[in-house]
Amino acid sequence: MSKKPLLVIFPHPDDEAFGVAGTILKHIESGGSVTYVCLTLGEMGRNMGRPVMANRETLPDIRRRELDRAAELLGIQDLRRFGMRDKTIEFTDLDALASRFGDVIQEIAPERIITFYPGYAVHPDHDATGDAVIRAVRALPEEKRPDVHTIAFADGTEEDLGAPDVLTDVSAYRDAKLQIIEAHASQTAGLIEAVKSRHDTEMEEMLVTERFWRYPV
Amino acid sequence: MKAINPAHVQAELDQLRGEPVYVHLETTNGAYASHREKGTLSAGAFIRNVQLTFEIGKIAGNGPYRIGLETDIGWLYAEGLTDWEKDEENRLLFAGHDHEGRLAAALELSRSPFPK
Ligand SMILES: [Zn+2]
Repeated sequence: MSKKPLLVIFPHPDDEAFGVAGTILKHIESGGSVTYVCLTLGEMGRNMGRPVMANRETLPDIRRRELDRAAELLGIQDLRRFGMRDKTIEFTDLDALASRFGDVIQEIAPERIITFYPGYAVHPDHDATGDAVIRAVRALPEEKRPDVHTIAFADGTEEDLGAPDVLTDVSAYRDAKLQIIEAHASQTAGLIEAVKSRHDTEMEEMLVTERFWRYPV
Repeated sequence: MKAINPAHVQAELDQLRGEPVYVHLETTNGAYASHREKGTLSAGAFIRNVQLTFEIGKIAGNGPYRIGLETDIGWLYAEGLTDWEKDEENRLLFAGHDHEGRLAAALELSRSPFPK
């Protein structure tokens, strides 16, 4: 059993790239292990590459391979796909999903879980994923609950939740993080063009600092 | 995918007349639309693996194109289609891509079900 297990739970391949790639790289470099549970293949994504390289039916396989590559670049050994469909998480049985999360939590006993802040994560899949993670954690006896660090980016997040509780300096991993974002080329090619062609301060900030809100469990 | 050639598409649609086909139909402006631009409504719909049989199927327009399928009790309609292909599994895949290559509409027809 490796020390300091970190459990990352997101619905879409590429969610890990923007919000936590630097944190994951840093954690693995310091000897920790990472389990990444990714619920869907992002098969309903609107981006089809630039130029268009995918269609609705080929996108799942393309994104599966992109995530494999991203996981390899991140050094993640334990990648688990939950076989759900993009856009449908909120309509599934969230208690059943929470219980699947619960099994993983029991198995790897993470010190920390990273997911989305329910209600502040913009995409319905993000909010539903965060919701089910919180249910899973709250089902544990209090002394066994890992810390839950969440990503929030809805408008009004800071007004409602205050400043992020955790600001992680990942500037040492900036270039590696950019590579991981690039690994999801079908979804990020346009974005990468924008970063490279002009100075995008918001994107640059995201590459060097990762922000989390501790969820009260 | 390649740019739609309406004559080729019409020939393919004619081939599927009168036999049950599985449909994937979708339109979306993205779950982030209202986040990126205030006042924009995130709107979309998809239906996957509904089966229908059409009696008349037509492609119309000068590009982007529209496709309409008439069944004995109703209609299917898709607008904004720009590209298409007949894939290795003989499925007809149509998509409408915006100027940045993002998918705005999709219509797909197959004799066998699409993976869930
Ligand atoms: Zn996402």
